[in-house]
Amino acid sequence: MAMAQKLQHNVTIKGTKDGLVLLLDDLCSFEHLVEELNDKLSDDHGQLLNGPLISVIVKTGNRYLTDQQSGLIREIIGQKKNLEIKRFETNVITVAEAEEMKKEAQIMRVSKVVRSGQVLSVQGDLLLIGDVNPGGTIMATGNIFVLGSLKGIAHSGSSGNREAVIAASVMKPTQLRIADMINRAPDHYPEHGHEMECAFISDEEDQILIDRISIVHKIRPELNRL
Amino acid sequence: MGEAIVITSGKGGVGKTTTSANIGTSLALSGKKVCLVDTDIGLRNLDVLMGLENRIIYDLVDVVEERCKLHQALIKDKRFECLFLLPAAQTKDKSSVQPEQMKKIISELKQDYDYVIIDCPAGIEQGFKNAVAGADKSIVVTNPEISSVRDADRIIGLLEQEEMEAPKLIVNRVRNHLAKSGDMLDVDEIVSILAIELIGVVVDDENVIKAANKGEPIAMSPNSKASIAYRNIARRILGESVPLSTIEEEKGFFSKIKTLLGMR
Ligand SMILES: Nc1ncnc2c1ncn2[C@@H]1O[C@H](COP(=O)(O)OP(=O)(O)OP(=O)(O)O)[C@@H](O)[C@H]1O
Ligand SMILES: [Mg+2]
Repeated sequence: MAMAQKLQHNVTIKGTKDGLVLLLDDLCSFEHLVEELNDKLSDDHGQLLNGPLISVIVKTGNRYLTDQQSGLIREIIGQKKNLEIKRFETNVITVAEAEEMKKEAQIMRVSKVVRSGQVLSVQGDLLLIGDVNPGGTIMATGNIFVLGSLKGIAHSGSSGNREAVIAASVMKPTQLRIADMINRAPDHYPEHGHEMECAFISDEEDQILIDRISIVHKIRPELNRL
Repeated sequence: MGEAIVITSGKGGVGKTTTSANIGTSLALSGKKVCLVDTDIGLRNLDVLMGLENRIIYDLVDVVEERCKLHQALIKDKRFECLFLLPAAQTKDKSSVQPEQMKKIISELKQDYDYVIIDCPAGIEQGFKNAVAGADKSIVVTNPEISSVRDADRIIGLLEQEEMEAPKLIVNRVRNHLAKSGDMLDVDEIVSILAIELIGVVVDDENVIKAANKGEPIAMSPNSKASIAYRNIARRILGESVPLSTIEEEKGFFSKIKTLLGMR
C-alpha cells in the first residue's frame, strides 16, 4: 500500500526525563507534517500517549510557524488528553519580533523635564536626564534610571517584569510601581538623604524596597552587561 | 511686525490680569506701541484694572462674529496714546471664539503694534487654547505656593508643545518673611522645579490692590516695589539685561548662580 510505503521521518518523538520532545522536520511541507503528526499520535504507542500527564516541548527548527499553524499543531496534540504543551522552541523569529526584542533590550535616553500631567512611556530601559516633577509619570517595560530628581510617579517593568528596578539621583517620588506592585511615598521626606537610591521588589518581603544604589549589583546582578 | 506674548498660569487668581495690565503699561511707558487683549470671555477684568470699563462698545466676540471691524473694538488708554485694549465679551462664553479666529486677530494686531499682550483665562481648556493660539512667546505667572507651582508646571508642559519660544517665569506675590521662615516656597526652589528662565519677581504689595481698585495700574506709581518690578520685567522683555534679585535688598537666586559660576 502507498500509505505504508511512505517514509515517516518528519516527526520524531523523543522521551526525556522531563517529558516528551517533538522534533518537527523543517524542510518538508507543512501538510506532510500535519499528516504525519496525526498518524504518529493516533498510532498506538501504549501507555506513552495514554498514561499520566506528560509535558511536551515542540521543536520546529528553522521552520517559522504562523499563529494559525501553531494553533493547528496545538489542536492535534491536544487531542491526546494526557499531553500538555509546555512550549514551542524555534530557531527563527520574524523581523517584527526581532525588532520588538531589540526595543525591549535597548536603553532609551531622554533629556527633558517630565512635567505635571505628562506621561513618558518607553519600551526597554529608560535613562531620563532631567527631573520628573510632581504629577508627572514615567514608565518603562524595563528598568528606569533618573539622572535628576524623581518627584512624580515611576513605573518600571510596566508589562510585568518584577525584576526591573528604579534608580534616581534624588529619590522623592509620590509613588513607585514595579510590575504590578505599588508603593506610596511616605507622607514626609526628610530634608536630606534620599540621594542616589534604587527601588526593587524584594522577594522575601514581597514589597518594593528602597536602598543605596551601591547594593544593587548584588540584588540584580543581571543588570550587568559587561 | 510686533510680537505677541501670552500671560498665563493654569491656576486662577495668581495675577495674570494684573501682570498683563502692568507689563502693557510699562512697555507703553517706554514708548512702545502696545495692544492688550483680554481673552477671558465671560470673566473680563483687564478693562477694570485699566479703568476703561465705561468705554467699551464692541468686544472680541463682536470682532469674531463680524459685527464690527477690529479697529472699532480697540479702546485707547486714558494715559497713553500708544496703548490700546481689545476687551473680552462679558455675556458670552469661551466657546464663542476658535483658536483659528484668535490667530487671525492677533496677527492683524501684530501689523500695527510692537507688542500684543494677551491675558489668558485660568484653566487648560478652550480659553487657554484660544489665548495661546496667536502667541509667539509666553510668560507663566505663579505664586510661591505648591498648588500654583504645580499648575504652572502643567501649563509649561502644554506650552512646550506649542511652536513657541520656551516660556519665561514670573513669581508674583512673594512675601519675604514667609519664604525665610520656610512657610512658603522660595524663588530658588520654584525656579529649580519649573526649570525655565525667571524674568521677574513681584512682591506682595497692598498697593497693587489699591491701584487696581482705582483703575490705575501700579506700574504708574513712581517707586513702589511692585511697580519697579513690573517696569524691570518690561525692560527685560525689551532685551535690556536688568539684574534679577529675588527681593531687591536680598542676595537672591541670581547672585547665587553667579557665585556658583565663580563670578562676583
Ligand atoms: N503683587 C501683588 N500684590 C498684591 N496683590 C496682588 C498682586 N498681584 C495680584 N494681586 C491681587 O490678586 C488678585 C488676583 O489678581 P488677578 O486678577 O490679576 O489674577 P488672575 O490670575 O488674572 O485671576 P483670574 O484667574 O481670575 O483671571 C487681585 O485682587 C489682585 O489685585
Ligand atoms: Mg484674570
